[in-house]
Amino acid sequence: MSFLSLTASDRDEMLAAIGVSSIDELFRDIPQGVRYGRELDIAPALTESELQRHMEELAGKNIVDEVCFLGAGIYDHYVPAVVDAVLQRGELLTAYTPYQPEMSQGVLQAIFEYQTAICELTGMDVSNASGYDGTTVAADACFVAKHATGRSKIVVTEATNPQVRQVIKTYAPGFGLEIVEVPHEGGVTDPDRVREAAVDAAAVIFQQPNFFGNLENAPELAAAANDAGAMPIAHVDLVSLGVLEAPGEYGCAMAIGEGQSAGNAMSYGGPHYGFLAARNDYIRRLPGRIVGETVDAAGERGYVLTLQTREQHIRREKATSNITTNQTLLALAGLVHLSLLGPQGLRELGETCMALRAYAQTALASAGLEAVFPEKATFKEFAVRTGRPAREALAAARAKGIYAGYPLGRDYAGLDDALLVAVTEKRTVDEIDRLAEALS
Amino acid sequence: MASSESYPDDLKYHPEHDWARIDGDEAVLGVTWYAQDALGELVHYEAPDVGSTVSKDSSYGEVESVKAVSDLISPLSGEVLEVNAKVVDAPETVNDDPYGDGWLIRIRMSSPDELEQLLDVAAYKKVLDEA
Amino acid sequence: MKLIYEKSQAGRRGLGVPKPDLPVPEVPPELARKSPPRLPELAEPEVLRHFTKLSTRNFGIDTGFYPLGSCTMKYNPRVNERIVGIPGFANLHPLVEDDAAQGALELEWHLQEILREVTGLDAVSLQPAAGSQGELTGLMLFRAYFKDKGEDEQRRKIVIPDTAHGTNPASVTMAGYELTPVKTDARGNIDVEDLRGKVDEHTAGLMLTNPSTLGLFDENIEEIRDIFHSIGALMYYDGANLNAVCGISRPGDMGFDVVHINLHKTFSQPHGGGGPGGGPIAVRANLEPFLPVPVVVQDGAGFRLEYDRPKTIGKVRAFSGPFGVFVRSYAFIRSYGPGLKEMSEVAVLNANYILARLKDAYDLPFDRLCMHEFVLSARSLKKEHGVSALDVAKRLMDYGFHPPTIYFPLIVPEALMIEPTESEAKETLDEFIDAMLAIAREGAESPELLHDAPHDRPVRRLDEVRAAKNPVVRYRFEEHPVEHGAGSRQLEAQKGA
Repeated sequence: MSFLSLTASDRDEMLAAIGVSSIDELFRDIPQGVRYGRELDIAPALTESELQRHMEELAGKNIVDEVCFLGAGIYDHYVPAVVDAVLQRGELLTAYTPYQPEMSQGVLQAIFEYQTAICELTGMDVSNASGYDGTTVAADACFVAKHATGRSKIVVTEATNPQVRQVIKTYAPGFGLEIVEVPHEGGVTDPDRVREAAVDAAAVIFQQPNFFGNLENAPELAAAANDAGAMPIAHVDLVSLGVLEAPGEYGCAMAIGEGQSAGNAMSYGGPHYGFLAARNDYIRRLPGRIVGETVDAAGERGYVLTLQTREQHIRREKATSNITTNQTLLALAGLVHLSLLGPQGLRELGETCMALRAYAQTALASAGLEAVFPEKATFKEFAVRTGRPAREALAAARAKGIYAGYPLGRDYAGLDDALLVAVTEKRTVDEIDRLAEALS
Repeated sequence: MASSESYPDDLKYHPEHDWARIDGDEAVLGVTWYAQDALGELVHYEAPDVGSTVSKDSSYGEVESVKAVSDLISPLSGEVLEVNAKVVDAPETVNDDPYGDGWLIRIRMSSPDELEQLLDVAAYKKVLDEA
Repeated sequence: MKLIYEKSQAGRRGLGVPKPDLPVPEVPPELARKSPPRLPELAEPEVLRHFTKLSTRNFGIDTGFYPLGSCTMKYNPRVNERIVGIPGFANLHPLVEDDAAQGALELEWHLQEILREVTGLDAVSLQPAAGSQGELTGLMLFRAYFKDKGEDEQRRKIVIPDTAHGTNPASVTMAGYELTPVKTDARGNIDVEDLRGKVDEHTAGLMLTNPSTLGLFDENIEEIRDIFHSIGALMYYDGANLNAVCGISRPGDMGFDVVHINLHKTFSQPHGGGGPGGGPIAVRANLEPFLPVPVVVQDGAGFRLEYDRPKTIGKVRAFSGPFGVFVRSYAFIRSYGPGLKEMSEVAVLNANYILARLKDAYDLPFDRLCMHEFVLSARSLKKEHGVSALDVAKRLMDYGFHPPTIYFPLIVPEALMIEPTESEAKETLDEFIDAMLAIAREGAESPELLHDAPHDRPVRRLDEVRAAKNPVVRYRFEEHPVEHGAGSRQLEAQKGA
């Protein structure tokens, strides 16, 4: 087995040093009653070339050549080659969590740079080193809000990603939380409804742009939460933050979201990374690792994990979270992508998405498909009525090599004929024309 | 930087390594030399609010070093009159002077008979020997 | 080394974005960004150089030996990186209809079947994103199971040994349970008498790693199983130490009802400097109805995702889970086949070899053969020469090794927890042993070498106190008035555009 160095002579020397005569003897403390007496029922070992062949066969059973207008939280953005090159550096890829900072200055500095980027984008004071994904960071944020305010009610908008809401509801019983949803009206959320619902709430969570792709009146939603003494928590799209305002600038207490759009391949849902950033008031309640700057014994600048007393390995049952392994490598990918783009590139990325999305809206309208939410400003996604069950429209378009969008009827009432169409910078005018033709 | 090991005679002690200095119907509370030595240099003091109530044997706050968190166990019950702002700003004061500048809170005792249950310095030193 | 923000120069770009010949719609002014984010401005070569340089200041398994107890830092096969990049995997959107994802679903199905076999249990969810999340999910399953039987109100307590990893009690709190600690005896097993006194009708179950964090197999596991099952409680297995027993003893056969597996430990998902990981759970049939959705099921000759599970606890993570992690773990397992047993045997052999050669130079808290890891103590070194486990760890860096886990488990003072894994050649183990013996001698003869260590890393020993007292957690642009592109000049340029 080519991953193992052990030879027969190594084994014999080692057994002699230990003072046993066989490897079996090393397991003598395991009671007979719990021994697995047979061979594992797993297919025989494959050599590397056989493995490659097998995996290519499996991958070949997935269909990835239909032009992708599917979004709904995960997007077909371009991942630059430098991201892959950095992730393949063995010193980063195969490194452990940086608990021994003198061995880990590369990872620690990179996380510090990532934290800085997230704070810049979201207008917040502190970011953690990543959470699992865009859904679990919402649960994390609820935990922070409960302990910061002493309140147990969480308000979340119906226009927030259905999987985010589902995960919050799954975590709620253990956290002792009551979850209240504010329905959307015409594809956006009414701040007055939020103001009513947010009485005695710990937090109000809303998504910007929301799940339908529409722009909410985010400053008003945040104000409604603040008026009620609840923490406004914005769930945002990192690549929108070159053109959309930072949540920190309009009164939010925390900003969270799914980072995949910056730097990660879609990869059937993961691994990706959740980001979580907050005002400085909440720094000691934040879950997850945080890297801080310091100096070494020679006075040189360096980086360490800091405020570790929040975390499970020290605070144990009173920890701000049980999270240990996070999504560092994927967050680094995001940092690399954002570093390549710079502020001008990020702005252009947002503008290109919006320009193509507007073209798509017009093209689909001309092809006879109504907008579900006419006149609503959007970013890179919008909902259209296909004039028939959405699945049929989807099938018709797939037959022409186009994956037209996400059937909203899965998650929302009255939208069984609607598709959520996402347009990223990878799409072309030509592809959009084909989309319109395929759906008409 | 850190002080040398000492346990003043004029204080009362709690087995969780806290001390009390009695002053009429008030008491000043803190942690002992052993506690600050075990924790290492303190970096944070989570203090109770003035006016809040503390209960004997219960936690009234926390101190943290880089590697550890410790509940502050109250030797006595009462109302918090004052919190030592110096320690809030510079937690390492506790390491330098755990019985003087490093005091943590001042309370008005609600049940002075609890004093009988506290340890004198000899009894506390016995607790340390067993630790 | 400079931060990337300190290398930034106004007007530089590292990536172009397509600009179609289309008008750009306006964002409503009240929602539009007013100040550009101060992201770095560098050209592509400088970005690559920056991150490459950062990587040279880091240590990975590719660099050298990482004997971190409980972390299972084994070789990450490079073919797995090639495989996750195959477009059929990388470019697959998680929300495509099932017919477009048959390869992914087939892989998930097979991985589930393999994990069922390895754990000796009946059903698997691949959804949890890491071991901690697997723990929390498992405890949520406990609650759902007992609620279904009308016993959730009554059963509030989870028993955890004093050797438990910190995630266990943290997960207990997050699941809304209370903690009951149980002691470890002089053999390193759970103290069964202490346990008997602590288990009653208010107990929901036990959380245990076996072998434990001491690297010792609990000799009384069958008795423990009987104690819990006889009162209708459940047993949860923390799979962190599964590398010791693959194909040798199965958690399901030990009596555990819910198991999480750390794909980034036993099954070689690269640690990536802190993550990603994978924490799939395997459960006994009576807990299957409560598993998170979606569940991968067979559908004729193919596979689909099933959401219609009336008793499900819900969802702990988006989609079916961290798919790229499944790809690597599946590929790793397919490279071993039933030879996973040999993997565990070599892991245990390597650990016992190091133990045999170091146990006289350090203190040995439990004098038994170990499993895949073991714990030594620097207690005597500290008492006699004033050098701590921390000092030993820092000095090991000078010898070119990553230190072992230190100060854990909590019941051993000055603990050094060593897990070599099966990946290491005997020569590496010998070099490590020689280094540890040398350091023990240095501790006695020249302790300042340890106190001042490390000497040969990119930085000397770092001041963690300072970082905690005055946390600086992002680059403070406002304190560094160097002109960055994303400042006033940038804004002016945009206004002009």
